[in-house]
Amino acid sequence: MKFVIIIISMVLVNNYPLAQFLGICPFLGVSKDLDSSTGMGIAVTFVMVLATAVTWPIQQLLNKFGIGYLQTVVFILVIAALVQLVEMFMKKSMPALYKSLGIFLPLITTNCAVLGVCITNIDSSYNYIESLVNAFGAGIGFLFAMVVMAGVRTKLVDQSRIPESFRGVPIVLITAAILSLSFMGFNGMFS
Amino acid sequence: MEERKRIDVLLNGLIKENPVLVLVIGTCPTLATSTSVETGFGMGLAATAVLVCSNIVISALHNIIPDKVRIPCFITVIAGFVTIVQMLLQAFVPSLYSALGLYLPLIVVNCIILGRAEMFASKNGVLDSALDGIGMGLGFTLTLVIMGTIREVLGSGTWLAGDWFGLMKGFKGIPLLSRFIPGMSIMTMVPGGFFVYAIVMAAVHYFTKDKSKIRNEFGCDGCANAGNCADGECTQK
Repeated sequence: MKFVIIIISMVLVNNYPLAQFLGICPFLGVSKDLDSSTGMGIAVTFVMVLATAVTWPIQQLLNKFGIGYLQTVVFILVIAALVQLVEMFMKKSMPALYKSLGIFLPLITTNCAVLGVCITNIDSSYNYIESLVNAFGAGIGFLFAMVVMAGVRTKLVDQSRIPESFRGVPIVLITAAILSLSFMGFNGMFS
Repeated sequence: MEERKRIDVLLNGLIKENPVLVLVIGTCPTLATSTSVETGFGMGLAATAVLVCSNIVISALHNIIPDKVRIPCFITVIAGFVTIVQMLLQAFVPSLYSALGLYLPLIVVNCIILGRAEMFASKNGVLDSALDGIGMGLGFTLTLVIMGTIREVLGSGTWLAGDWFGLMKGFKGIPLLSRFIPGMSIMTMVPGGFFVYAIVMAAVHYFTKDKSKIRNEFGCDGCANAGNCADGECTQK
């Protein structure tokens, strides 16, 4: 039951791009069409779970030696190396998957949502399984927001007459504002 | 580089190539920490400190760092400075440390810093890179303060409330609107952040229509990952 609550709260209530301002860059930049936003969402979910699986034990190791303050340095290096490794592995052994997901992988290293979820897991003192579930929920929430955003953008933004100053990025931000306003309706689902 | 160009480098970041409003990078901390002037200003200063230090170190080392592993090297340098700033704030300004929270370690993945390392510091000298860091950092801080002002005045009716690094303990802020109307708390929440960002950016577009090159799309210039895109094919477009 606890896992279900964690996942639902990460997808709807604490949605990363729409309620916590994490992962805004890909959320605005890649959500142009449905295909690329789905690909990006799945790739982020994958890397989030993988990064949590690796960084959680590392944090225990750091704590054991009393060097917890090295968290930021160690985590970002581990994530960068991990993403590079996954990319190389995918290119070699799964070329079909690499074609659809691989191009998004280098973008993920500097995605604050991935580092964010790793640090959040430590800060809220989840155990290993809970951390993995939390990372999975955060990834699904990101995917969900990306797909909704892409749907709105292809229908609304590209086919309507927009004031000149608002063309491009500003209208996308307005769309995001309205989306996040509607996501606020989920607030208070869990107290 | 001559005197004239140096001033250009410094001023570029403020308006013409403002990282947040024109290059559209570093959006997460902008939206998250501009809820009030104090947190926005604190975030801006912290990021500026990291940016200037990492620009100096990276430009000094750019001949030694092998080209293939430059991104991990840059990230290590940046992460080191972020950790230093984090520890300093935790020790001397604990209120700001807890207000910025998760976004403080996340400075390390702020695209502005890695982007400037890749685009400027790895190609230019130490002094120019330091100036570029100061200019870009001030541009970032300026935007955060403007957005923080709008959101704080509309959201809670006061201006400049906060501890201000312990200088003004418990300062309630200048009551600009709170005497007349109750605060619109939506402005300090998530939708208000997106909304104010959109309005400020649209205003910049309106006033600089011909004077500077406005990027209506997310371009490669500000993208930290430009080096990763093969054959000039951008994955973000």
